[in-house]
Amino acid sequence: MSGKQKTSRLGQTLLPWLVPALIILAWQFAASAGEIDSRVMPSPLAVLKAGKDLAASGQLWLHLKISFIRAMIGFAIGGGIGLALGLITGLSKRSELLLDSTVQMIRTIPPLALIPLVILWFGIDESAKLFLVAFGTLFPVYINTYHGIRSVDAGLVEMARSYGLKGWPLFRDVILPGALPSILVGVRFALGFAWILLIVAETISASTGIGYLATNAREFLQTDVVVLSILLYALLGKASDAVARLLERRWLRWHPAYQ
Amino acid sequence: MNAPFTVNGVALQLTGVGKRFEQKTVLHELDLTLHAGEFVALVGRSGCGKSTLLRLVAGLDQASAGLIEADGKPHNAAKNDTRLMFQDARLLPWKSVLQNVGLGLSGDWHDRAVAALAEVGLSEHAHKWPAQLSGGQRQRVALARALIHRPRLLLLDEPLGALDALTRIEMHQLIERLWQHHGFTVLLVTHDVQEAVALADRVILIEEGHIGLDQAVELPRPRARGTATFAALEERILNRVLALPDIGALDALPAATEPIVPAALRWAL
Repeated sequence: MSGKQKTSRLGQTLLPWLVPALIILAWQFAASAGEIDSRVMPSPLAVLKAGKDLAASGQLWLHLKISFIRAMIGFAIGGGIGLALGLITGLSKRSELLLDSTVQMIRTIPPLALIPLVILWFGIDESAKLFLVAFGTLFPVYINTYHGIRSVDAGLVEMARSYGLKGWPLFRDVILPGALPSILVGVRFALGFAWILLIVAETISASTGIGYLATNAREFLQTDVVVLSILLYALLGKASDAVARLLERRWLRWHPAYQ
Repeated sequence: MNAPFTVNGVALQLTGVGKRFEQKTVLHELDLTLHAGEFVALVGRSGCGKSTLLRLVAGLDQASAGLIEADGKPHNAAKNDTRLMFQDARLLPWKSVLQNVGLGLSGDWHDRAVAALAEVGLSEHAHKWPAQLSGGQRQRVALARALIHRPRLLLLDEPLGALDALTRIEMHQLIERLWQHHGFTVLLVTHDVQEAVALADRVILIEEGHIGLDQAVELPRPRARGTATFAALEERILNRVLALPDIGALDALPAATEPIVPAALRWAL
């Protein structure tokens, strides 16, 4: 009984990896057999080797670290502003009237459409990339924070008030935890979006970062490094999503959906 | 005979209390006296104003007219001596059962919360989340949350409306026992005439914002529902509730050829 449960749990952990593993096997097989031109698509082993070489020279870690720091700082700025604005408009009707329609108007601008303007404003240095990431991550966090606060159960707020809670304790014990599931959804969206924007920003103008690694490799026809960069972005995106899900599981333990 | 063993409740005096929402008058200059430690049930059709009256006493809404006094002084529900239980338990889902009971308390409330949970028989569930409890257990947590404040006036707004019949009877016994032990004054709003007769010293019928009936229930406690006097009293009140036709409900009924059995209508009120 328990042995069977163990195998089924192991199976549940391994099963999602089955299809990726098969694809990589087929890919390697086709590349070794000469079915795929290595200039079009290098074999998985070649990509792995490129990664090993770059790691050995220290290049890989340098670019990875810089991209990671850019994404996190940009997200911290954008998400922070989004959270603050969402809290302000969610908690006060007057601020909502004052600010919400403006924010919604700016939200409709695609961040990538700002690139020419951003280059004019900031040139091609760090702040241009941070601005793009911050701009893109602000709105998912803003909308979900605002919506989360507005959808907090009014009955719970009434109950808490009748038990003497107001001000900061009311916010800390009732409103913020009630809005948290929605806020975390916004954070997950924003993290995913942060990487997309960073790829574009780093591809256009950078001398460091994974985007630079890819663009530079393209100049020298190093397809293996280009593919490696793409995979690195995928890994980073997956890792940040995993962190967000970890936060959900930890902070939303009470929620039946996370038990 | 019916009085609680210890009396610790407030005496509540409502004089000319009225409530208007814009053009609609929900309560007309209502006078009502609750003695200290008395258990009073408010019954009536949906929309008769009984819940509005309770919300006024709870301080959730402000009366448009009249005076609410507790022990001869203007009633201030914000003080710790008035506690309200809602139809839904309204527990904070992100706090454990124990933390919910201690809501709004400062200092070292842990032992008091444990004791309050023991009073409602939920000690072993202290560290669960509210989502892991049944509906009846959640209402018992809400009751413990009210009790920990040592209320002198307990307001119950159809707290058992969503529970099944068996759980409801268990809750009746629990509420009666806690009332006798703590001696607070109780004002219970309910749709269920049988519940009102089983629990209350007095049953008050609210009709269109007026008091339609003020019926003392002088049955010995604990009350057995099967007795003839219980049934007669229940039927008398129920007939009085039904005496004033509910226009909407009558329109909805087909031409009534069968006699209406009051007992069958109890849940429809």
